[in-house]
Amino acid sequence: MATEHQKPATQQQQQAGVSSFTLVIYEQENFQGRCHELTGPSNNLQEAGVEKVGSILVLCGPGAKKPGNLQTQRLAMPVLCSSCAEKRAALKRPKTGHSLCKDCFFWAFEEEVHQTIVAAKLFKHGEIVGIAASGGKDSTVLAHVMKLLNERYDYGLELMLLSVDEGITGYRDDSLETVKRNQQQYELPLKIVSYEELYGWTMDAIVKQVGLKNNCTFCGVFRRQALDRGAIMLKVDKICTGHNADDVAETVLMNVLRGDIARLRRCTAISTSSEGDGVVPRCKPLKYAYEKEIVLYAYFKKLDYFSTECIYSPNAYRGYARTFLKDLESVRPSSIIDVIHSGENLSVRDGVKMPVQGTCNRCGYISSQALCKSCVLLEGLNRGLPKLGIGKHHRLHGKILSQQPLTEKEERKLKAVDF
Amino acid sequence: MAAPIAIHLEFGGGAELLFDGVKEHHVTLPSQSEPWDVKQLLVWIQQNLLKERPELFVQGDSVRPGILVLINDADWELMGELDYQLQDQDNVVFISTLHGG
Repeated sequence: MATEHQKPATQQQQQAGVSSFTLVIYEQENFQGRCHELTGPSNNLQEAGVEKVGSILVLCGPGAKKPGNLQTQRLAMPVLCSSCAEKRAALKRPKTGHSLCKDCFFWAFEEEVHQTIVAAKLFKHGEIVGIAASGGKDSTVLAHVMKLLNERYDYGLELMLLSVDEGITGYRDDSLETVKRNQQQYELPLKIVSYEELYGWTMDAIVKQVGLKNNCTFCGVFRRQALDRGAIMLKVDKICTGHNADDVAETVLMNVLRGDIARLRRCTAISTSSEGDGVVPRCKPLKYAYEKEIVLYAYFKKLDYFSTECIYSPNAYRGYARTFLKDLESVRPSSIIDVIHSGENLSVRDGVKMPVQGTCNRCGYISSQALCKSCVLLEGLNRGLPKLGIGKHHRLHGKILSQQPLTEKEERKLKAVDF
Repeated sequence: MAAPIAIHLEFGGGAELLFDGVKEHHVTLPSQSEPWDVKQLLVWIQQNLLKERPELFVQGDSVRPGILVLINDADWELMGELDYQLQDQDNVVFISTLHGG
């Protein structure tokens, strides 16, 4: 066999034409799993031991018959794009298992977001849409794709970037620089609303008072309202957020784990209708986009995004759900979309008690209590009783509204413990 | 004996934070009896480059789920993952998807 390599090219070609073809059948796709080699016709594959065909490799020319060569051939052989069958595949899609080249992947990713938007009728011609932009991967990809689809399919939308400055030195100030660059790259107007201007408190100041235990509660509640307030200042009709499939699946799991039936029921909805004055409808165009694809889209397109962990520590509970889901995904990539599917198709039995949405007596924002969470948290901060908004203290709402003093016993419970 | 090979490593998406914030590394893997594969590369990275919290980068003998690996600009899932045999001048990129969005 070794001598074959030294034969002149013409002879090699002749040989290839005659006998040196090898067909390698793999049971799994992408040339994985058990393989069978065929060098001639086979009128019954099952008798030849082939039970399943996932992928086929055709080898020809010198060395084709050398089994020892197969391993290196397999690894060095680039996988071709299963869509155009021309270019080298750049990724394996977790959702479908298809191997695609960069260009076919970009197209598939953008078209799927377009299909999501069209199928759920997320936007109407002429609307003003605020893109919630943090400078991170999801919102950067969202801004890029929204601008591109708005032009490609003539959605007729007026797009804007909307950012919230929580006042976290060394984190949000850096990521907002990314948003400012995005604003120039995408030529979209940008509005930044800050916790300091809306609430009189930065997250830095809040953490100083409450410590690192419940700070994420303050940040999350304030952010939700801050986006609405910013949206109203900009007079936008809708806000779209960069929540991806992994985020939605995580939220389904968290709501199951916490027994939060009300949130479990609504967390998979792709859009919220206007729930009242001061609340702008929201939607998630990336709801079915896998995080892996978002990150690779950003990487291959060389989009400018910011990636640092918040210095006030990530939400620990979500972290567990996330790790669990990522472990599942590595065993079975469809897990993420499957969890979303389960969440979408759950229905809550009649008679399960649900909180009734009303409005906050102080600020008018939606609330299922007399005071909204944001007002209670703020009241706690201003009175030096940061735990007022943590846990259930509904019966104190009357006292807060009528500005009555709390008893000493009540106050003691709500003061920050020493951190 | 396999000769030493020079490869280019890149960490991104927040994974660079585990490497003193340095994104790009040009490294030479020493000569050894077996050819270098990605599995051995991960061990080498852990012993020679990783600065902190190894549990955020490796899990078992692979990368932590949620870290994407690209070999010469292609998803490592197309390249044999841990079994891929490294060649001189290969480019290996690790991108974390685990950081804020």
